[in-house]
Amino acid sequence: MNRDVLLEVVNLCVEIPTRDAVLRPVDTVSFELRRGEILGVVGESGAGKSMCGSAIMGLIDPPGQIASGKILLSGERIDNLPESAWRRIRGKRIGMVFQDPLTSLNPLMRVGDQLVETIRTHLPLSASEARRRAVESLEEVGIPAAASRIDDYPHQFSGGMRQRVVIALALAAEPELIIADEPTTALDVSVQAQIMALLKDLCHRRRTAVMLITHDMGVIAEATDRVAVLYAGRVVEIGKTEDVLADPAHPYTRGLMASTPAADGSDGRLNQIPGAMPNLVSIPSGCAFNPRCDQVEARCQNERPELRSWKERSLACWRYSESEEVS
Amino acid sequence: MMMHQSPFVQVSDLGRDFDLSAPLLSRLLEGVPKRSLTAASGVSFSIERGETFALVGESGSGKSTIGKMLVGLLEPTSGGVTIDGKDLFGTLDKASRMALRRRIQMIFQNPYASLNPRWRVGDIIAEPITAFGLAEGKGVQARVSQLLEQVGLNAKDAKKYPHEFSGGQRQRIAIARALASEPEFIVCDEPTSALDVSVQSQVLNLMRDLQRELGLAYLFISHDLSVVRYMADKIGVLYLGELVEVADRDTLFAKPRHPYTQMLIDAAPRIDAFGRTAERAKGEIPDPIDRPSGCSYHPRCPVVEDICRRTAPEAQLFADGRALVSCHRAQE
Amino acid sequence: MTDHSERIEINSVPAEVSEKSKAGWRNSDLWFSFKRSPVIVLAALVFFILVASAVFAPVLAPYTPFDPASLNLMNGFTAPLASNEFTGDYFLLGTDDQGRDMLSTILYGLRVSLFVGITAVLFAMLLGVTLGLISGYLGGWVDNVIMRVADVQMTFPSIMVAMLLYGIGKGIIPPDLRDEMAIWVLIVSIGLSEWVQFARTVRGATMVEKEKEYVQAGHLIGLSRVSIMVRHILPNVMGPVLVIATISLALAIIAEATLSFLGVGAPKTEPSLGTLINVGRQFILSGEWWILLFPSLTLLALALSVNLFGDWLRDVLNPKLR
Repeated sequence: MNRDVLLEVVNLCVEIPTRDAVLRPVDTVSFELRRGEILGVVGESGAGKSMCGSAIMGLIDPPGQIASGKILLSGERIDNLPESAWRRIRGKRIGMVFQDPLTSLNPLMRVGDQLVETIRTHLPLSASEARRRAVESLEEVGIPAAASRIDDYPHQFSGGMRQRVVIALALAAEPELIIADEPTTALDVSVQAQIMALLKDLCHRRRTAVMLITHDMGVIAEATDRVAVLYAGRVVEIGKTEDVLADPAHPYTRGLMASTPAADGSDGRLNQIPGAMPNLVSIPSGCAFNPRCDQVEARCQNERPELRSWKERSLACWRYSESEEVS
Repeated sequence: MMMHQSPFVQVSDLGRDFDLSAPLLSRLLEGVPKRSLTAASGVSFSIERGETFALVGESGSGKSTIGKMLVGLLEPTSGGVTIDGKDLFGTLDKASRMALRRRIQMIFQNPYASLNPRWRVGDIIAEPITAFGLAEGKGVQARVSQLLEQVGLNAKDAKKYPHEFSGGQRQRIAIARALASEPEFIVCDEPTSALDVSVQSQVLNLMRDLQRELGLAYLFISHDLSVVRYMADKIGVLYLGELVEVADRDTLFAKPRHPYTQMLIDAAPRIDAFGRTAERAKGEIPDPIDRPSGCSYHPRCPVVEDICRRTAPEAQLFADGRALVSCHRAQE
Repeated sequence: MTDHSERIEINSVPAEVSEKSKAGWRNSDLWFSFKRSPVIVLAALVFFILVASAVFAPVLAPYTPFDPASLNLMNGFTAPLASNEFTGDYFLLGTDDQGRDMLSTILYGLRVSLFVGITAVLFAMLLGVTLGLISGYLGGWVDNVIMRVADVQMTFPSIMVAMLLYGIGKGIIPPDLRDEMAIWVLIVSIGLSEWVQFARTVRGATMVEKEKEYVQAGHLIGLSRVSIMVRHILPNVMGPVLVIATISLALAIIAEATLSFLGVGAPKTEPSLGTLINVGRQFILSGEWWILLFPSLTLLALALSVNLFGDWLRDVLNPKLR
């Protein structure tokens, strides 16, 4: 057991029973997250990335449930815990940053009170010590005049400032892992850059691991160490960000990279992947990507490829199963 | 080739204020003064036929307000817009007004709210055709089928309802509807912001193809610089309702002259920049009701000087007239 | 900020189940939920039986209770499930003091009750939806005026409003037409006391819809305000109207029964269930309990079934509870 591995997700399956069929928004997903590293989980809408995050935090709404697989935090299973045990994990060991700061923060509570409440729930500090810690954490996330702003309500902050407060809240009890689900999507580009820089900086300094869920490849490129690409609830490629983005192997990853308008502004048509991500009710048999793939073979339509290692990554594609070279 | 004609779309000193005051009674009772929000002021630019002009800005920049004024959905409080020489807000008789309306259309950002959920797709696309009297009887149906195929959908889709389509397909339907009136100018308000990257590329390619085929002029509103770089011929950068820089695409990206433009370009996430942290982004957009004095950008500007705090800058030409910049500190 | 945050909210829709994966109402969530709730199935059944009885009253009623010539005073006060000792006529539910067959009077009474209730609700719906649309779409002083009128009207209990309008109506109409017109005055007064709920709900929904982009697209092609209101907005705000109509029907039936019970509603020559209950009230202490009981039970069944159905419909159609 590699002591450096903080979070291990093994063959996770999430199922939602509906009237017509059982849906699988997360289908046999496996990955690991090491201490202090930032893992990006990227996918388009419907890929199941948010559902993964929810599963790890035990926040899946019934009738959805974890159908099979394991989630291990520092070697201990957390996917089968009762709600009471989760209270000791959420906040203390896993912190959360969501997309919309307005729903993450209680609009009726002062920001300082929310921070102090979180701190005192998980750490044995007195009220005044907790308050001092709260002011410090606000300063750490870059809120000017933290000592006076600590008594403000969330609506008195701007969007970017609110998200900084949310980050402070997530880090308040010094968790080992932060799950950030689209933390900057609702923010302006300039603020987005600042928030990502803040997140990177704080997490590197405290050796907090981050699972960054996003649809934005640019954010992945700038902020993550490793990246997992999701499609229709399955992992298609995992590897070091630099490798995957510079030399994408899976046809979907390649299509995704080519579809993104280039930074160097080259003219000519944008590459496009025909079709769209399948609906959960109608996922193709075999490889979920096969109807849209430009390198499809007969095997792809019948058998689902497993995640196998290739060079230093893991890849789920039949084109890479036999040899090292791309055919 | 000598261009004697004035540009197809001419925007002159366009401005729009919103009155946000409390009702008269409350104001009298509480002694609160009138409040107004300047969403846009002094905006001037032009668009030629077949050209794409992009308006780039973040929240509070006024880009949506300007977009609405350019299609006549909102009246300006100052300045004006002319399309092919005709004043959009002048007094026109009903027939002339309809004739002008036909030539301008809009594609909206939200693919889920821009199509009436209770109408069939065929009826949605047919509505402009019948409203402008462009076809009758069977001709309408034929035209609807033609439009659906033109945007990459099937003629049989006319019988379906919007909820049966994905976001990208709905945007195609919205494009088909916009094309139904045979316009010459289309305002596109963040048409791909709500779509996934792989679908976005399909829609953008379609829009470019249609432009070339039909000679359309676009006003392309977006916050995404990489999309703008792909689509636009000329770009205008908006901050708090004012144009801070206008330049053709290559000039803007090669040498951005306004500090805000520089910051925007630097802050945009890039897929080829690993582990990079954006350097220049500082501060946040201030409340538009409480505008900073002088140059609105001065509280966040890395090269601010005293004059910036006192006086609003005038627009100056650079790069042989290819760039128009409003900044005291801009250099050639 | 909204143009960014909307993105993820919107994008999560395609991943959800397509509820229209199979066509037809039989496979809809509504029917599925209906089948699973025995109480509601029962309530719906009772309601339809009552409606059918009312519609086919002339065929089903064994006697014609309101033809004075057919009445025989000797039949008076016959107990239920018995033949009259004098005339030998059989009465399933007994007779009242005048010899009228209870079953027949109840069937006709049901007819009046339902007719008044349904027509009043239709009238309220027409008035309320129209005013709500206009109010929500035009805003400004029109909205203000309509809403203030609604507010003022809501401060009075609906029975009081109905009684007031009824009294005024009666004063205007010449005496020989009063009985005939009583039903219509009743319908108008109950309708006028119910329109506000429709108007308020439709107004709120209209205010939301008019900001949506498909309405703006309509402006772009020069559609008139009426055209936008009726062809675009109306279909999208009618959803909650059905639920309100069902609940309103229950209220209207009770309102009508109350008014008739108080003697200011349906007259004795064309009685509704409420009138019959009023009549039966006099005999409860003298032992002829059936004259009061059966109309009361019928009214109870009617009101309860409509109420249950309306509540269930509201819960099932509430998107937030899904």
